[in-house]
Amino acid sequence: MIKVEGLTKRYGGFTAIDDISFEVGKGEIVGFLGPNGAGKSTTMRILSSFMPATSGRASIAGFDVFEKSLEARAHLGYLPENVPLYTDMRVTEYLNYRAAIKGVKGRRVRERVGDVKELCSLRDVENKIIGTLSKGYRQRVGLADALVHDPDLLILDEPTIGLDPNQIRQVRELIKNLGKHHTILISTHILPEVEMTCSRVIIINKGKIEASDTPKNLVDRIRTSGGIRLEANTGADSGVEQLAEITGVKDVAVENQGDWKVFTLRTEANSDLREEVARLAGERRWAVRELARSKATLEDVFVEITHADA
Amino acid sequence: MRTFAILFLREVKAFFYTPIAYVVLFYFLILTGFNFYSEVMILNRGPVEITVVEAFFDTVIFWFSYVLIFPLITMRLFSDEFRMGTFETLTTAPVRDWQVVLSKFFGALFFYVVLWLPSLLYFVVFQWVARSDAARSPGSYWGAYALLLLMGCFYISIGCLASVLTKDQINAAVISFTSITLWFFAGLLTFIFGVTAPVFKDIISYISAVEHMSDFSKGILDSRPLVWYTSMTILMLILTCHVFQYRKWKA
Repeated sequence: MIKVEGLTKRYGGFTAIDDISFEVGKGEIVGFLGPNGAGKSTTMRILSSFMPATSGRASIAGFDVFEKSLEARAHLGYLPENVPLYTDMRVTEYLNYRAAIKGVKGRRVRERVGDVKELCSLRDVENKIIGTLSKGYRQRVGLADALVHDPDLLILDEPTIGLDPNQIRQVRELIKNLGKHHTILISTHILPEVEMTCSRVIIINKGKIEASDTPKNLVDRIRTSGGIRLEANTGADSGVEQLAEITGVKDVAVENQGDWKVFTLRTEANSDLREEVARLAGERRWAVRELARSKATLEDVFVEITHADA
Repeated sequence: MRTFAILFLREVKAFFYTPIAYVVLFYFLILTGFNFYSEVMILNRGPVEITVVEAFFDTVIFWFSYVLIFPLITMRLFSDEFRMGTFETLTTAPVRDWQVVLSKFFGALFFYVVLWLPSLLYFVVFQWVARSDAARSPGSYWGAYALLLLMGCFYISIGCLASVLTKDQINAAVISFTSITLWFFAGLLTFIFGVTAPVFKDIISYISAVEHMSDFSKGILDSRPLVWYTSMTILMLILTCHVFQYRKWKA
C-alpha cells in the first residue's frame, strides 16, 4: 500500500530524512516511532503529497506521490499534526465540504458524513461551530475528515496528542476497529498504545530507520531484555555476591528496605533465571516475599535504539 | 470543474462567516451613497458638461474607498489558511493548486460584485426621481461597470499575491494596500508633476486608472485597458500560484 525507496529530504543544510526505504502492506497497522525531530512528520508530509522529497520515490496504492499525486491523494486519508480545521464552520458543514472535495459524489455525501459522525461519536456536536469544540472533539472531527471518503490508507500524525486518558482510549479503540478494513500508518509517542494496536513498528531516528519489526520481536531482541526482581531477607548474607555467581547474571543492584533487600538483576537476553534464584534462596534459607521477572517494554526498545549514541 | 465549484462555494461562504464582510458592505454602501448624493448636489447647481455616471466614478471619495476595499477583501484569502494550518488539509485533498488559487480569486471577485450591485440602484432611483437620464447612453453604464470588473480583477489578483506571501492578514493588507495605492498614484504622475513629454504621457495614460475610468464612463470602450488589466491579472495569478507551491514545498 505504501512503498518508499531511498527517500531523502533536505531543508537548506539540514537533512530531515536520509535515504529511508520501507513498505507497508495492505491491512497492516504500522506504528511510526521516533524522537521529536526524527523525521516522522516530514515522511508523512511527503507521503501525503504535501511536500516533495529531495530525492527518492514514494508511492501510495501504486501511484507515485509526486507524479500521480492526485490519484495517490484520493486513496489517502491524512490527519496532520495539530489537526488544522476551519474553525468558523459547523461540524456537519465542514465534513460535507471535505467529502465533496475528496470526490464523494452527490447522495453518497450525506451517507458517508453520517457514517463517520457515528463512528467518531460526533452526533452530539454535529451542529456546533468547530471553533467552540474541545480539543478531543476537534481531534475526532479531524479523524472523521480523514475517513470521510473511505480511503484505503490512513496516515495519522500523532492522533492522540493532547487528549485525556479516556479520549486516548476511545481513539485507540477507534483505530483498532478501523484497522479491520484500512491500512494505517500512525505516529505517536504513547508506546503502550503502539504495543496494543500496531502489527508492526518502524523506529526512525535522526532521519534513518533504525528498526522495523513486530513489537514483540523488537522487545525480544534488545539486549537489556529480561531482568529479575527479588525481594528477600537474606539474614547474614549480603546477597549480592551469591546472586552474581549465578551464570547468566550480568549485574546486581540492591536497595535496602529495613530488614528487607530489593535486588534487581540484569540478565542475558532471552534467559529466565527465576528457578536458579529460587534454588539459591532455598539453599541459603533466605526469606523471599517477591520473585518476578521484569519484561522489557517497547519503551526500553525505543530508549535503547534512539539513545544509543546520545 | 466540480472540484473548482466546491472550492469556490466554500470561499464565497467563508466571506459571509466573518463580520468583516458585513462591515465592508455597510461602510461601502455609506461611502458610495454619500458620493452619489454629493455629486448630484454639485451637478444641481447649474448646467454642466458631464453626466451623473461620469461624475460618480470621478471623485476623491470614489477612488479613496475603491483602493481601500481590496486589502479588506483579499487579506485573509491565503494568510488564514497558513495561519490555521488548514492549507495542509486543503492541499493534501485531491485538488490542484491552480484550482485553489482560482477559487479564492473568483470567490473574492464574487464578493466584489456583490459590493457593487447596490450602486446600480442609485442610477435607477435617479432616473425615477429626476425623470432624466443619468448617462448619455447605456454605453456609459456598460463601460463603467465593465471597467470596474476589469480593475477589480487586477486589484484582487494583487491582493491574492500579497496574501499568499504572508501568514499574517495585517501584513497582507499592508502589502496590497501599498501596492495598489502606489499603482494608482503612478497613473497620476503626469498630473502631479505637470509633465508634458508625450512618451511619458502615453505610458502613464496606458496604466492610469483615472483616465481609463473617465473614458469608459463616457461609453468609450478602449481595448488597451482591456488587454492591460486582463494580462496583468493573469500574471498576478500565475505568480500567486507559484508562491503558493513554493510555500508548500518550504513548509
